[in-house]
Amino acid sequence: MVGGGGAGGGLLENANPLIYERSGERPVTAGEEDEQVPDSIDAREIFDLIRSINDPEHPLTLEELNVVEQVRVQVSDPESTVAVAFTPTIPHCSMATLIGLSIKVKLLRSLPQRFKMDVHITPGTHASEHAVNKQLADKERVAAALENTHLLEVVNQCLSARS
Amino acid sequence: MAAAAALEAVAPTGALWGLVQDFVMGQQEGPADQVAADVKSGSYTVLQVVEALGSSLENPEPRTRARGIQLLSQVLLQCHSLLLEKEVVHLILFYENRLKDHHLVIPSVLQGLRALSLCVSLPPGLAVSVLKAIFQEVHVQSLPQVDRHTVYSIITNFMRTREEGPFVEELFEVTSCYFPIDFTPPPNDPHGIQREDLILSLRAVLASTPRFAEFLLPLLIEKVDSEILSAKLDSLQTLNACCSVYGQKELKDFLPSLWASVRREVFQTASERVEAEGLAALHSLTACLSRSVLRADAEDLLDSFLSNILQDCRHHLCEPDMKLVWPSAKLLQAAAGASARACDHITSNVLPLLLEQFHKHSQSNQRRTILEMILGFLKLQQKWSCEDKDERPLSGFKDQLCSLVFMALTDPNTQLQLVGIRTLTVLGAQPGLLSSGDLELAVGHLYRLSFLEEESQSCRVAALEASGTLATLYPLAFSSHLVPKLAEELCLGESDLARGDGPTKHSQHLCCLQALSAVSTHPSLVKETLPLLLQHLCQMNKGNMAAGPNEVIAVCQSLQQVAEKCQLDPESCWYFHQTAIPCLLALAVQASMPGKEHSVLRKVLLEDEVLAAMVSVIGTATTHLSPDLAAQSVARIVPLFLDGNISFLPENSFPCRFQPFQDGSSGQRRLVALLMAFVCSLPRNVEIPQLNQLMRELLELSCCDSCPFSSTAAAKCFAGLLNKHPAGQQLDEFLQLAVDKVEAGLGSGPCRTQAFTLLLWVTKALLLRYHPLSSCLTDRLMGLLSDPELGPAAADGFSLLMSDCTDVLTRAGHAEVRIMFRQRFFTDNVPALVQGFHAAPQDVKPNYLKGLSHVLNRLPKPVLLPELPTLLSLLLEALSCPDSVVQLSTLSCLQPLLLEAPQVMSLHIDTLVTKFLNLSSSPSMAVRIAALQCMHALTRLPTPVLLPYKPQVIRALAKPLDDKKRLVRKEAVSARGEWFLLGSPGS
Repeated sequence: MVGGGGAGGGLLENANPLIYERSGERPVTAGEEDEQVPDSIDAREIFDLIRSINDPEHPLTLEELNVVEQVRVQVSDPESTVAVAFTPTIPHCSMATLIGLSIKVKLLRSLPQRFKMDVHITPGTHASEHAVNKQLADKERVAAALENTHLLEVVNQCLSARS
Repeated sequence: MAAAAALEAVAPTGALWGLVQDFVMGQQEGPADQVAADVKSGSYTVLQVVEALGSSLENPEPRTRARGIQLLSQVLLQCHSLLLEKEVVHLILFYENRLKDHHLVIPSVLQGLRALSLCVSLPPGLAVSVLKAIFQEVHVQSLPQVDRHTVYSIITNFMRTREEGPFVEELFEVTSCYFPIDFTPPPNDPHGIQREDLILSLRAVLASTPRFAEFLLPLLIEKVDSEILSAKLDSLQTLNACCSVYGQKELKDFLPSLWASVRREVFQTASERVEAEGLAALHSLTACLSRSVLRADAEDLLDSFLSNILQDCRHHLCEPDMKLVWPSAKLLQAAAGASARACDHITSNVLPLLLEQFHKHSQSNQRRTILEMILGFLKLQQKWSCEDKDERPLSGFKDQLCSLVFMALTDPNTQLQLVGIRTLTVLGAQPGLLSSGDLELAVGHLYRLSFLEEESQSCRVAALEASGTLATLYPLAFSSHLVPKLAEELCLGESDLARGDGPTKHSQHLCCLQALSAVSTHPSLVKETLPLLLQHLCQMNKGNMAAGPNEVIAVCQSLQQVAEKCQLDPESCWYFHQTAIPCLLALAVQASMPGKEHSVLRKVLLEDEVLAAMVSVIGTATTHLSPDLAAQSVARIVPLFLDGNISFLPENSFPCRFQPFQDGSSGQRRLVALLMAFVCSLPRNVEIPQLNQLMRELLELSCCDSCPFSSTAAAKCFAGLLNKHPAGQQLDEFLQLAVDKVEAGLGSGPCRTQAFTLLLWVTKALLLRYHPLSSCLTDRLMGLLSDPELGPAAADGFSLLMSDCTDVLTRAGHAEVRIMFRQRFFTDNVPALVQGFHAAPQDVKPNYLKGLSHVLNRLPKPVLLPELPTLLSLLLEALSCPDSVVQLSTLSCLQPLLLEAPQVMSLHIDTLVTKFLNLSSSPSMAVRIAALQCMHALTRLPTPVLLPYKPQVIRALAKPLDDKKRLVRKEAVSARGEWFLLGSPGS
């Protein structure tokens, strides 16, 4: 499902990218420490799940590359829905599908099953926006992609804690 | 005469012959040292040793020959300084010849040559001859490492003592062929040689002389350019080492290539170590060029080298969003940090550029990056400023820098503000740079930042810290522009509080108090801030404001911080002590008096938390007193409590006597906590007046049936004094009194809890100083674990025994605290606890588990690990204990063990998975978090052990992903994420 060159070899498509500041750890509030008060799942919590995903070709996180931003996360805990828009660094980025897949897998592994999740490209930021979105929304294709050892390997690398 | 001398010589050589036989044939090691000692003492000569060895050196069995030469070599290693030139020549010829011998003999031969290479009296030319012989006769590359190490040592020794001009290239060739070392000795290497040893020895040879430069530098450049990480690191480190012996001459032809390689590594690497080594090498190169002595006609390469660096880096500095901005800044800073000249050259080029860039970019985060770079260069200036007095390189930029910092301080972006505050501190640290006008503005900004709202906490804290640092340098600026404003603010606050205005006023009040304590870093400022704080407290007491406990505690916290800042200056320390303590005591004594007009504050002052805050002020103000000043103070304070002598208090007209130990009111008894704070913080050699009476009164109060606060304070005070009291008859008497009191109280009656508390504190006091009685008392305490009434308290008591107190029995308060007391307690008592657990009836078993949990929890993990096999079954049982304190402490014990002893833990995988998953739905949030952290730590066990559980665990961990608490979900996410990666490709 992912076209174009592999992640490992060859020249980088964007060798000196713009970098953005990492947000710090979310400060723990008194409410969060109180046993009784329920904390709902909010946009920052979703953003914290995906911001530290590694980019497949730079030693940087999706947050540092501004591929994901908290303002592009929509979540409703009571309705159990999540929508994440991500912005590829360049309009022809061949990694777009792979990045989308990593975000999707991270959410699948980290959110309660009740959530319906939608991962898509920020409108107008990628040449093949429509095609990529369609693939990411297709459950069967996502499942099939994760059966592919090579793809699963790259996704797992993106999701591993940086050493 | 001659005959007699000859006869005398026979006896020692006869002994020598015996020693040689014992070493060579008898395979004993001792004789070698004996022979060496005899040679040193002049009993016989080296020649005689050779003669005595005669037959063994010609023995047909190579092992015997090796043994013979080994003896000679060992003697030479100890006696080489005694050798005459003639002897050295003969020995070298002998050893060179022996290089042709059997391979078993070679190691000993090399040892002998190593000994000879250390001789000062080595005739010219022999070093070359030795090296030639070695490389001709022996294939060095295939020797065991220990022998190769010997060869390197021989070369190093020769290099150290002489130049081998004609052989530079040959010598370089024979050594450099090993570079970089890529051989790793096996872990069971009998000689214990590590790869690092080989690297360092080879580096010492290669970097030993500038003569190698023309051959070595190209090799290093080649290896830095290679793909292998270790080769890059080794080459950069070797380059760094070379710079300490090289000069401009050696580096000249290679500078462009060296710079290109270092730049590429820093720009492109993903490895922080390569980056760090690259920067270190650049630093050394620049330092080397800066210190080279030039001939009159030579060109100074430093300038052209730095210009090259600037040319390649400066344009990246103008792109503050780009990836290369930081590597460029780091390269420039590495070079600038090498010498004052380099620093001036780079700073004078870079600063104007960065100042201009700051104004060109309008986004806050870009400005922040630029200001952070400026800060880096300013910090480097500090390194050199003291050496160079005539011209201050920064003075030309001062106005621009100040206006830029003030812009940053008023920017809405917190991160930019923070960098601005740090930059201001660095500018202030440059002597004579800031004018009084700049300082007034700076102080104005700091004042404003000290009152920032809740969401900019980090900025407010940074501003307070900066105020403290700058106030030590410019006390006058702060006393004229900041303290008056704070005083005014405090007065306003008083009237606002009196009106009972909302929570914003309260936080303003808090900010003001914190700002006052933050600037109390100079003695002259303390003399202004302390009276303000004390006066404020008295205003509260006069009932002019509606002060609750939180306001009083806030003032006490500020006082405590001022006291902390005074500790290092003896004069301020005494000033604080004799000003603040009488005032606090007077307020407290007044509050404890029975009276009709009970103001609200009077009651507030006697509350537990408020007294605790005062305790910490008094303790902090006492620990650093000099013994004679402390003695002055103790002569007033003890009589206040024992005899009601109030004469030294600033306000001392009270309606009745102060008699906390006699029949005073319960309010008066509570003030024993303040006495405790003082006497338990005194230096050990300060004598306490009326000690005997004081100890008896404390003991009496500790077991009297009044409020628990007073009796506990008395017990703690007694224990604190006991801990510091020198061993001897008086101590034994105090102990006997205490034991009697405890036993009488524990028997039955209303004071069992108080007697137990006294027992606990006395035990702790003795445990800390390894007093022999402590084990008896610990046994008594352990016996109480099965007491139906006191059992749970006894279990919690173990936590107190093992933890550090803050008010009494502290190292800061001069208590005797042995560092290994926890380990010792563990070794002495855990077997009995375990046994007690097994023997105890079911209903009190949890007490034993809880006691044990407290002990294990406080123990350093390295001590705990070896005990694991015996304790593990108990810990696993403790996981099923319904008490959440036991669960929590057991989980926090098991978590590091999972990380550090995965093999042992693997045996219990089934139990662990089941119990952890059960606990991950415990009603206690802390237990759920700890259980999930253990689930995470489980992934460190060997993957094959875990894989059978993977589907089950992943399914089970879906549930805590929907926990109502965010902190629990966070742990569930990271644990589940790790379980997904187990055995999956790419992890």
